[in-house]
Amino acid sequence: MHSGVDALLSGMPALRQKFVKDGNSSEMMRKYGLIAILLGAVVILSLVSDTFLTVTNLMNVLRQVSINGILAVGMTFIILTAGIDLSIGSLMAVAAVIATSIVAHDPGAVGWALLAGVAASGLLGGVSGTMSAKLNVAPFVATLAMMTIARGIALIYTNGRPIVVNSDPFKFLGQGYIGPIPVPVLIFIAVTAVMGIVLYKTKFGRYVYAIGGNENASKISGIRVDRVKIWVYVINGFLAGLAGILLSSRISSGQPNSGMGYELDAIAAVVIGGTSLFGGRGSLLGTIVGVLIIGVINNGLNLLDVSSYWQQIIKGLIIAGAVILDQRAKRN
Amino acid sequence: MSDIVLKMRGITKSYFGVKALDDVSLEVSRGEVHALMGENGAGKSTLMKILSGLVKPDAGEIEFEGSKVQIADPQAALNLGIAMIHQELNPIPEMTVSENIFLGREPRYPGTPFIRKKQLEEQTKGLLEEYQFHAGPNTKVGTLSVAQKQMLEIIKAISYDARLIIMDEPTSALSENEVKTLFQTIERLKRQGVPVVYISHRMEEIFSITDRITVLRDGKLIGVRNTRETEVDGLISMMVGRPLDAIYPKEEASIGETVLEVRGLTRLPHFKDISFSVRQGEILGIAGLMGAGRSEVMRALFGIDRADGGEVLMTGEKIQVKHPSDAIRHGIAFVTEDRKELGLVLSRSIRENMTLSSLSRISAGPFVSRSAEAAACDDMLSGIRIKMNRMEQEVLTLSGGNQQKVVIVKWLLTSPKLLILDEPTRGIDVGAKAEIYRMMSKLAREGLAIVMVSSELPEVLGMSDRILVMGEGEIRGEFLRGEITQEQILECALGGGRIA
Repeated sequence: MHSGVDALLSGMPALRQKFVKDGNSSEMMRKYGLIAILLGAVVILSLVSDTFLTVTNLMNVLRQVSINGILAVGMTFIILTAGIDLSIGSLMAVAAVIATSIVAHDPGAVGWALLAGVAASGLLGGVSGTMSAKLNVAPFVATLAMMTIARGIALIYTNGRPIVVNSDPFKFLGQGYIGPIPVPVLIFIAVTAVMGIVLYKTKFGRYVYAIGGNENASKISGIRVDRVKIWVYVINGFLAGLAGILLSSRISSGQPNSGMGYELDAIAAVVIGGTSLFGGRGSLLGTIVGVLIIGVINNGLNLLDVSSYWQQIIKGLIIAGAVILDQRAKRN
Repeated sequence: MSDIVLKMRGITKSYFGVKALDDVSLEVSRGEVHALMGENGAGKSTLMKILSGLVKPDAGEIEFEGSKVQIADPQAALNLGIAMIHQELNPIPEMTVSENIFLGREPRYPGTPFIRKKQLEEQTKGLLEEYQFHAGPNTKVGTLSVAQKQMLEIIKAISYDARLIIMDEPTSALSENEVKTLFQTIERLKRQGVPVVYISHRMEEIFSITDRITVLRDGKLIGVRNTRETEVDGLISMMVGRPLDAIYPKEEASIGETVLEVRGLTRLPHFKDISFSVRQGEILGIAGLMGAGRSEVMRALFGIDRADGGEVLMTGEKIQVKHPSDAIRHGIAFVTEDRKELGLVLSRSIRENMTLSSLSRISAGPFVSRSAEAAACDDMLSGIRIKMNRMEQEVLTLSGGNQQKVVIVKWLLTSPKLLILDEPTRGIDVGAKAEIYRMMSKLAREGLAIVMVSSELPEVLGMSDRILVMGEGEIRGEFLRGEITQEQILECALGGGRIA
């Protein structure tokens, strides 16, 4: 995979030269390098598998990536501020059990279920954010604590038992289609669009980048760093809750143990997408491409009957490869 | 053997087709302090990186102590006896003085990995005594002052039996007294015959300590002069390539209403009972030694640190400043001392840095208006020249002087009534300095009140209408323009004591 990228780049000396002249080589090269990897994977998979390039399968891929996609969008904001959120898997479970418990009572109350679930996870996100912004607890530690606290809340709330969902309108969220497009995909697209506007068109978005780039300079520039950070964790909590509710809708039950390990896939997508763990650099587009790369390769390996054990190794190699590519691009 | 220790001839180095160094030569003699001067980007650092093995030249040769040498890496330079004291020092804070000096070559019990602590201590003690270093061998390096760390680096270099020492802006973080100690050390090196290549922007230092000066400009050798036969003006015009009529273009501005008044501001143990005021069109210089509490007063004024007591009034009204955003709302702007840590978001573009403090002015609700933003920046850039390729460039890629201009533009976009400048020209080359002075004069004429904290006395004397001198957290004196000399400021800052 890696040598392929190299060959691709060395085949484009003119392009490389242009990037260098622009003085923004690393980000440009990253973006195009990533898209090249994604397209390369698509081309190879459509050649070796008859089923890959069908509408059904592509919709399938999109539906599979939409939950991780929503999580990764929120995680992008977090990582841009030089933070991390390990608790999102547990926040998913909290939102899922609260939402499903409401529709278990009243199958029609989908709106209330969504609102209550997302509010709960947003609130817990805000607690993590406050711990890190106001009490100076490192985000890693604050959200690690929240990871076990929120999981505990989900288990207490359900007594450790799953909540069965019989509400058809609720199931529609995760299982339905509008035209040929699965509903979770539409929600993912809407989330991306809204968060893209927030990140690139608003003051808040500017502040997110500035804080990640240099927190002290941001404060002295008059930015209320604490508030911005707390809001980033709240928003991330909202999105984690939304993703958790979609998951419970898809599996027709609110599982207090759901969402475990989801934070790692979200972080992986953000990192593959080129967002720096030190904050201040990265893009939403990169994250989306990162999400798609993970999804396409997972799907392709399934179609090719590669064992899921090997899939783990390949995913790890892609993460490592993306970071190495990033380092090489920086050195140029 | 001749008296020439180092000969670099025809050194050429290009990056991406741009010549950083073009056929440059440098000769350094035994026991000489040799200044290397030039604006930022003139090639000084590249030349020294080549000499210390960090960069390989494309062409040229180096002769050291009479024989041709290849300096492949920093270790090779050290082995030859060439040591570089870096601008940013990097001793290991958790290790002791002796461990840092002998890092990687500690005396051991033969055949074992165990360190002979006693011997290590003895050897260190000898060195420390020789150089009058006032800290024990077992002091943790993290607890030393910047000056002491620097001295430690020099001692370390000497302990490597250095036969040529390169110092890159060694005084940029030192107080006047510490500079004196450093100069004594340099004199001692000189007597021992060890030559020093000395890089600095500070003219007084160049003229008080160096014997010869090599000037570079745009990667080319402009000339070599004996310091004694050179004048400041001549040297500056060699560096910038054109004569400079005046470095300090102070113009008379009409002084108006009082803008800022500070009454009894206190933050212990940093400063206490600070009272002063500034008026429209006035430049108030604040002089003092490093650690006198000047920056701390400004930080408290601006809401970065909390004051214990005292009042701050803007245009006659008492204001509460709990966060920099409060200060900005009341019309205060603060160009901080540390551009990279506190002034800029280096990873973001020039445009985003410029408008960071004034986004609300160019936004409709939460949304930033790109056209209003472009208009605001263009408006500023019609009066301020920043050398850049495009607005989307990362600020990181700009030179120090241009970065400083971006910071100033950022603050001017908030339409301040009071501009605080903390060491506004630190680490900036002569050309950019003059531009910043011109900007200050122009802003004062337009009615801005300016407070300038500076450790460069010529700058304070050249630009201020009024000068406050601070020492040990207190205001020691207040003087009008032309009323005081450099020596008197120093005397006042030291509390009336004599300067050795």
